[in-house]
Amino acid sequence: MQGDHNPSNLRSEIDRLISEGLVAPASQRLCELWRRDAGSATAAFVVARLDQVREKLALPKFKLAILRSFTVDPIVPLLRAEALSYGIDVSVHVGDFNAYAQEILDRDSGLYRFEPDAVALAVRAAEIAPDLWSHFAELSAETANQAAERVVRSFEQWIAAFRARSSAALVIHNLELPSMPNLGVLDGQLENGQSDLFRQINREVTRIAAAYRGVYVLDYAALVARHGSERWHDERKWQMARLPIAADHLLSMAREWMRFVVPLSGHIAKALVVDLDNTLWGGVIGEDGMTGIKVGAEYPGAAYQALQRALLDLSRKGILLAVCSKNNLDDAMEALDQHPGMLIRSKDFAALRINWTDKAQNLREIAEELNIGIDSLAFVDDNRFEREQVRAALREVNVIDLPHDPMGYAAAIRNCPLFERLSLSAEDRQRTTMYAEQRQRTGAEQNFQSKEDFFRFLEQEVEIAPVSDATLARVAQLTQKTNQFNMTTRRYTEQQIADMSSAPEWEILSIKVKDRFGDHGLVGVAIAHQQGERCEVDTFLMSCRVIGRTIETAFLAALGERAAARGCKQLVGRFVPTKKNAPARDFYAQHGFSQHEANGDGAFWTLDLADASLRCPEWIKLVSPGGGKN
Amino acid sequence: MSVFEQVRGIASDIFGITPDQVIAASSPETIESWDSTQHLNLVLAIEEKFGIQLDPEEIEQMKNVGIVADIIEKKLSSVSK
Repeated sequence: MQGDHNPSNLRSEIDRLISEGLVAPASQRLCELWRRDAGSATAAFVVARLDQVREKLALPKFKLAILRSFTVDPIVPLLRAEALSYGIDVSVHVGDFNAYAQEILDRDSGLYRFEPDAVALAVRAAEIAPDLWSHFAELSAETANQAAERVVRSFEQWIAAFRARSSAALVIHNLELPSMPNLGVLDGQLENGQSDLFRQINREVTRIAAAYRGVYVLDYAALVARHGSERWHDERKWQMARLPIAADHLLSMAREWMRFVVPLSGHIAKALVVDLDNTLWGGVIGEDGMTGIKVGAEYPGAAYQALQRALLDLSRKGILLAVCSKNNLDDAMEALDQHPGMLIRSKDFAALRINWTDKAQNLREIAEELNIGIDSLAFVDDNRFEREQVRAALREVNVIDLPHDPMGYAAAIRNCPLFERLSLSAEDRQRTTMYAEQRQRTGAEQNFQSKEDFFRFLEQEVEIAPVSDATLARVAQLTQKTNQFNMTTRRYTEQQIADMSSAPEWEILSIKVKDRFGDHGLVGVAIAHQQGERCEVDTFLMSCRVIGRTIETAFLAALGERAAARGCKQLVGRFVPTKKNAPARDFYAQHGFSQHEANGDGAFWTLDLADASLRCPEWIKLVSPGGGKN
Repeated sequence: MSVFEQVRGIASDIFGITPDQVIAASSPETIESWDSTQHLNLVLAIEEKFGIQLDPEEIEQMKNVGIVADIIEKKLSSVSK
């Protein structure tokens, strides 16, 4: 925002709130200040206040280490302020200038002592491949190819060395392409030309990263290209302070990191709720009618088609879509299903709330219907008033601001880190279908006298199996994003799951569920740690979609049986309360466990396996992996 | 808001002091946190806020807040010409 630096007296209000110890409202105002005036000066203000209140605020924390070949320090406050606006308290370790290789190799380096959740390897083409970058014209074809290979091998060695020393996520910046190749347009004619070699290096780095768990590529080449190489760079700052990125793009760099921090921290949106009038189409259907609203392949309707395409792309990544609109149902449904310019139809939405009720109430109902936490909802509306009202009424909902110009709507959605995913499971791809099946189930449940009758009718089949290569990514994903039915809320990376599963005293089980309406996929994880005759349940979690149908009992019974078979006498469970896991609170009590040390973090529950009545319910069919019946 | 007023707001954010503690004569001698790191942050915040790029010579000359505002004003008027 150009112009007024101090928007209103927000800053003094924030300092007053902090001095009165009101940290939650102070943090809301900090986010508001950041939304209104995101930039370096505001970031300095926000971060200074965040540091005053962060212990009391107790937001989810995330530790990012940045290994770098250039100055990144001025970007750090921007990143932390941006992260705060997504409810994440990021702390940052910046590696020594150009010391990334030593830091990776030395097990005692500051990098590993920091115990990061993720590491960004921010190395630029000009530093890692100076010969290819600046003197390409002088090199023979052979020397140039060898130089490119050397760069690839370096990346490969760093990745391998890092993985051997840490299970944190690793985010590798790939290399930008020369904006002015040494040989001019001739470079475009050359196989193995300068640009081509950098492209080859990037392709190889992607290939190598894919072979490791938790190693990701940040497409720095695309980032620079998106903003324009000449605008992105500031040669004077490079000379002066080894800062290659221009002042007004430091925030773009911070935001690109956020696209990794958000999914890695598990703070993602699982559903996007959209408004209709002037958001999904131009105009107001109730007033302008079918012929009056703007949506189609041409201006001005194209902006809305572009947004719809972005929404459909989200649903292909497993993000649910829902509608929340103040409208007459018939008008809106006609436009949704009959308008020839629409790319998206009512069937693409997992929930619809088209009425005149206030939006906060509708959003609550949508979260309930979709069985996800209200903080997993994102909401987008062209109307600023509606957005602010939702923000005020439902602080947990992620409200996405739209720019004034509808042409920018699609980008606002595509650039939002809440919708980023770093890997896709089969469950993600089929999620919309699964929710359609869920609607049928809910309809069926209402026709039964007793719950047991309904459970029998459901014909549930479960497959319980130790974690395997095929299920590892999904198992880690569930530990990272399951908040509600989760006894301990311990988050694990793929690498940590892999390490545990190879240790004999650990057992990691997953559960897949099917019923007469369809396949739920892999929806639960249990991790058991054997300690002599005791078997401690480190993790027990299930997707809320399948809770309350006795699947959880079947899963716990299987865990107990397997522990008993290994000679354990006792199952030990813990319930670690969080803001969100109330649905799991009574789980152990309901299954015959007795409680010890009721108060505080030491609380635990035990079940003697010998005389326990814990059984798989008779209406659940156990299927062994591969499909055969047990 | 005048350029000086805006610079005052930026300086107060960057140096962690209240706006009324920032006057035209405020300098690295009077503001404790104004070191070379914060000088770079001040420069970056100004460039971003005003949409300008400062030359190394100008950055060198920025010895107090009043001079900073003068340099920006000169820069802005030369851009608009």
